[in-house]
Amino acid sequence: MLNNEELSKIKTARENWEEKVLNKTLEKSPESKEEFRSVSGATVERLYTPEDVADIDYVEEIGYPGQYPFTRGCQPTMYRGKNWTMRMYAGFATAEESNERYKYLVSQGSTGLSVAFDLPTQIGYDSDHSLAQGEVGKVGVAIDSLKDMEILFNGIPLDKVSTSMTINAPAAVLLAMYIAVGEKQGVSADKLRGTIQNDILKEYIARGTYIFPTEPSMRLITNIFEYCSKEVPKWNTISISGYHIREAGSTAAQEVGFTLADGIAYVEAAIKAGLDVDTFAPRLSFFFNSHNDLFEEVAKFRAARRLWAKIMKERFHAKSEKSMMLKFHTQTAGCTLTAQQPDNNIIRVAMQALAAVLGGTQSLHTNSRDEALALPTTDSVTIALRTQQIIASETGVTNTIDPLAGSYFVEAKTKEIEDKAMEYISKIDDLGGAARAIDLGYIQKEISDSAYKYQMEIESLDRIVVGVNKYQVKEESPKGLLKVDPIVGEMQTKKIQDVKAARNNDAVKSRLEALRTACQGTENVMPFILDAVKEYATLGEICQVMRDVFGEYEQAVLL
Amino acid sequence: MEWIKKMLDGDKRACAKLITAAENNPEEAEKIIREIHTHTGNAHVIGITGPPGAGKSTLTDKVVKHLVDEGKRVGIIAVDPTSPYSGGSILGDRIRMQDLALNPNVFIRSMGTRGYLGGLSKYTKNALKILDAAGYDYIIIETVGVGQSEVDIVKIADTILMVMVPGLGDDIQSIKAGIMEIGDIFVINKSDLFGADRTATEVNMMLDLTMNMERRPPVVKVVASKNEGIENLIQEIKSHIEYLKESGELDKRRKNNMKLEVVELIETELRKIVISHTDKENKLDSRVMEILNKEKNIYEVRDEFLKSIKN
Amino acid sequence: MSKIIRVLVAKPGLDGHDRGAKVIARALRDAGMEVIYTGLRQTPEQIVAAAIQEDVDVVGMSLLSGAHNYLFPRVVELLKEQGADDILVIGGGVIPDDDIPGLKEAGIAEIFTPGTTTTEMIEFIKNNIKDN
Repeated sequence: MLNNEELSKIKTARENWEEKVLNKTLEKSPESKEEFRSVSGATVERLYTPEDVADIDYVEEIGYPGQYPFTRGCQPTMYRGKNWTMRMYAGFATAEESNERYKYLVSQGSTGLSVAFDLPTQIGYDSDHSLAQGEVGKVGVAIDSLKDMEILFNGIPLDKVSTSMTINAPAAVLLAMYIAVGEKQGVSADKLRGTIQNDILKEYIARGTYIFPTEPSMRLITNIFEYCSKEVPKWNTISISGYHIREAGSTAAQEVGFTLADGIAYVEAAIKAGLDVDTFAPRLSFFFNSHNDLFEEVAKFRAARRLWAKIMKERFHAKSEKSMMLKFHTQTAGCTLTAQQPDNNIIRVAMQALAAVLGGTQSLHTNSRDEALALPTTDSVTIALRTQQIIASETGVTNTIDPLAGSYFVEAKTKEIEDKAMEYISKIDDLGGAARAIDLGYIQKEISDSAYKYQMEIESLDRIVVGVNKYQVKEESPKGLLKVDPIVGEMQTKKIQDVKAARNNDAVKSRLEALRTACQGTENVMPFILDAVKEYATLGEICQVMRDVFGEYEQAVLL
Repeated sequence: MEWIKKMLDGDKRACAKLITAAENNPEEAEKIIREIHTHTGNAHVIGITGPPGAGKSTLTDKVVKHLVDEGKRVGIIAVDPTSPYSGGSILGDRIRMQDLALNPNVFIRSMGTRGYLGGLSKYTKNALKILDAAGYDYIIIETVGVGQSEVDIVKIADTILMVMVPGLGDDIQSIKAGIMEIGDIFVINKSDLFGADRTATEVNMMLDLTMNMERRPPVVKVVASKNEGIENLIQEIKSHIEYLKESGELDKRRKNNMKLEVVELIETELRKIVISHTDKENKLDSRVMEILNKEKNIYEVRDEFLKSIKN
Repeated sequence: MSKIIRVLVAKPGLDGHDRGAKVIARALRDAGMEVIYTGLRQTPEQIVAAAIQEDVDVVGMSLLSGAHNYLFPRVVELLKEQGADDILVIGGGVIPDDDIPGLKEAGIAEIFTPGTTTTEMIEFIKNNIKDN
C-alpha cells in the first residue's frame, strides 16, 4: 500500500521504538505470556503496523463493497441500505406449537423464519419408526407429511416471509412440501423466498444427519439446483455450512478452507451435470459460525468472501459478479455457551453477534442463554433477538461499511486466514476433492485434532472459560427450562394414521413407484417428489423408496 | 471353569469373558487353552491385511454377511494399534460392521496390539482358539494396517486376503517384498476409483515375476462399500480352501504353524529359566565385567551358565 | 499384570454431534484405556451387543438430542436382561439437572454435563469400575 521510502521510514521508527521504549518496559515488567494466541491457536503479534500490510494491494485485494473481490461486503451500501435479516432458528415439538412460536417471532420484529426439524425428520424417518423413539419433536419440529407442513405455516403468508429450513439429506422432500403449501395458499413457486441447507458434505464431516451415499446425494443436490433455477428462481438452493465444522472443533481457517472446498465440490458436480455456472452459482449461499475471538472472526468473514470470489472467477470462470459473491448467514457459536452461569452467555452472544455484523453478514441467528441446558424458552429467545436489535439500532456500527477495513491487524489476519484456507483447499484437491477427502477421513481427523487440543487447553487452564475453569460459583439448578412433552411422539403417530386413512392410497402407491423409477434412471427427481408429496405420501415413505434405490451412507471415522 | 462350559454351549458373554481372561493373564490363558484344546482345529481362518485406508473393515463386513447368509457362524477379531505412549487404544473397526452386531451367528471382538509388533496382538492366537472352540465355522482376522510388518498373520491364518486400493500413492512398490508373498488372494478394493486398472495390472505383473509359487494367487476387483464383486471373492476363497485341502497344503501349513508355536512356547519358558539364572545374585553383571576385562570370553561364560542351568 | 480398562464409547439415537464423544475417546486412550468406538446412530440393542462381545468394563454414552430419558435407561435394562449388570454405565450431554435423579435411579452411575473435564471422567471410571 505504501512506497518504499515511506515503508523504510516506518521501519526505522519501529526499530527505534523497540530499542528505546519497548525493550525498557519489557526489562522492567515482562508480558504476562510468552506467546499470545487466538481462539484458533494462531499467533497474535504484539503490534501490527503498515509493514504487515505492505504486500496487500488495496484495489486488487480489498477494493469496494459490492464489487469484486467483495472483501468489504456484497452490497454497495451494506447496512446503510438495509439491516441484515434477523433470523431466529426455532422449532420444537409439533407443527402447531412451532407455528405459534413463529407468529410470536414475527410479531416481535423477526424478519425471517428459520425452521428447525427434529432428528427423525432430518434422517427421513416418520415419527412412528422404531428409530424415532424418544427423538420426536426434541430438537425441532416433527414433519411427517404435507399435513404437518400446512399446520406449520398456517396464517403465515409465504409470499411475505423468507423461510430458511435446516434440512439436508431429505431437503428435496421438505422443499417440495413448502412449494405445495405455497400452492394451497395461492402463492406460486416463483414468488417463494428462502433457503434450504441442502449441504450433505458437512453432514458427513460434522453434523451426522446423512442418509444416502455421496453419489446419489450429490445428484439430489444438483437436481434441486436445476429445478429451482427454472421453477423457484428466488430460492437459495444450498447453504454451504462452516457452522457445524466449527462447532465440531475446527479453527477459523479450517472453517473457511473446508467449507469452500465443499462449495467447490458442489459447483463441480453441477457443472458435470451439465449446468452453466452462472445459472446456479448466484443462488449458492453460505453459513458461518461466529466464535469468541472478535477480530479473528471479522477477518475470517472477509477472507471467505475474497477467496470465494477468486475461486469462482479464476477456477470456474464465472462471468456474472453475482456468481462470485459470497453471501452468508451467521449463527453465534453454540459450542461457546456454558451450562454454568448461563446469563454470561448473553454477553458472549452479543460479542459474537457484533463480529458477524462487523464481518458483513446477510442474516444472523443469535443463540439463547439457556441452550447449553435445553431448548430455549420464549424469554431467552427474546433477549437473543433484542441483542441484534441493540447492535442494529444503538451501537452505530452500521453507519459505515466494513469499519475494520484498513486496520493493520484485521487486514493482516484476513490475508493470513485466506492463505491458510487456500492451503487446505489445495491439500483437498490433491486428495481428489472434498468427497474423497471425507471418505478418507482427512477432514474429520483435522477437525478432531483441533477439538482435542482446544479441550486440553481448557483443562490445563491455558484457556480460560469464565464460570467453567475460573470464577466459578456454587449454583442452584436453573428453573423454568423448556421441556418437550414425551406425548408428542404419540400425537404424531396418531396424525400419521389419520393422514394415511384419509388420503388416496392407490395414488400414493403409483406416485411412489414413479419416483422409484425416476431414481433408478437419470431424470430430475424433483417433480416426482412433488407429485408424491401432494398426495400426502409421508416423508418416511418417500425416503424409504430412495433408500431402496440409493442405499445408505457409511460413516468414515479416523480417530 | 464355568465360563468354558457356557462358551462351548454358545454363550457369547462367556466367550467374551474367556477372551478377556486370556488377554490379561498368561496363566489363565494356559488353563483355558488346555481345557478347550480338543474343541479346536475346526474353523477356517481368514486373514485380512493391507495398508491403512484400504477398506479392510468394510470388506470384512461384506464378506461376513455373505458367509452368514449361507448359514455359517463367523467370528471376527479386529486388531488396531495400541498407543506406545499411553498403552491405550481406540478400536474403531466395529463402526463398519453395524449390521453384524446383532446377528446371532456373528461375534466381533476388537483388540489392541498392546505393544506387540507384527500386525496382531500377542493374544490374538488365544482369542482365535477360543472362538474356534466356540464353534465358529470361519474366523476372520483383520490385522493392523501398517503395510510393512503384518507378516505374523501367516502363522495363524489358512487363507490370507491382501487388500489394495488405487490411489494411495505408489503402494505396490512401497509394500516390502515378502509382504506381497503372503497373500493367497489379492483384492483390489474401491475398484470404481480412478487408477484401479493400473493397480490391478501392477499386482498382476508383480505376481508374474514371482516364479516360485505353487499356486498363482488370483486378483479380484471389488467395491466393498457397494457390495460389488464380493460373490466372486467368496468363490475365490472357497476355491482356495479346496486347493488347500486337496493339495495337502492345509495340513502342511497347520503342521508348520503348530511346530512354530510349540517351539515358541518352549522358548518362552526357557527364556524364563535363563533370566532367573542370570538374574540370580547379579551373576550376569559380574560375568559381563569379566568378559569386558578380558578375563573370560563369551563362550566360556555361556557354557558356565548352561552348566548351571542343566544342574 | 494389571488389567487394561475397556470402555465402549457410544452415540445412541439419531444425534450426530460427536465432538464430545471423540474428545472423550481420545482422552480415555491417552489415559491408557482401550476404547471401542462404535460410531453414530446406535440402537440400545447394538450398544448392548457390542458391550457384551467386547467385554467392556464401562459403557459411556453421549447424547445431545434430548432423548436420554428413553435411550439411557433402555441400555441399562438390556444389559440386566443379559446378566451384564456388572458393567458401569455413564452418560453425558445436554441433560437438564431435573432429569439426573431419574436417570441415576434407572441405573446410570453418573451423568456428566457440559463443562466436565475429561480428567474428572477418567477418575470416576477408575474409582467405580467393578472388579470381577
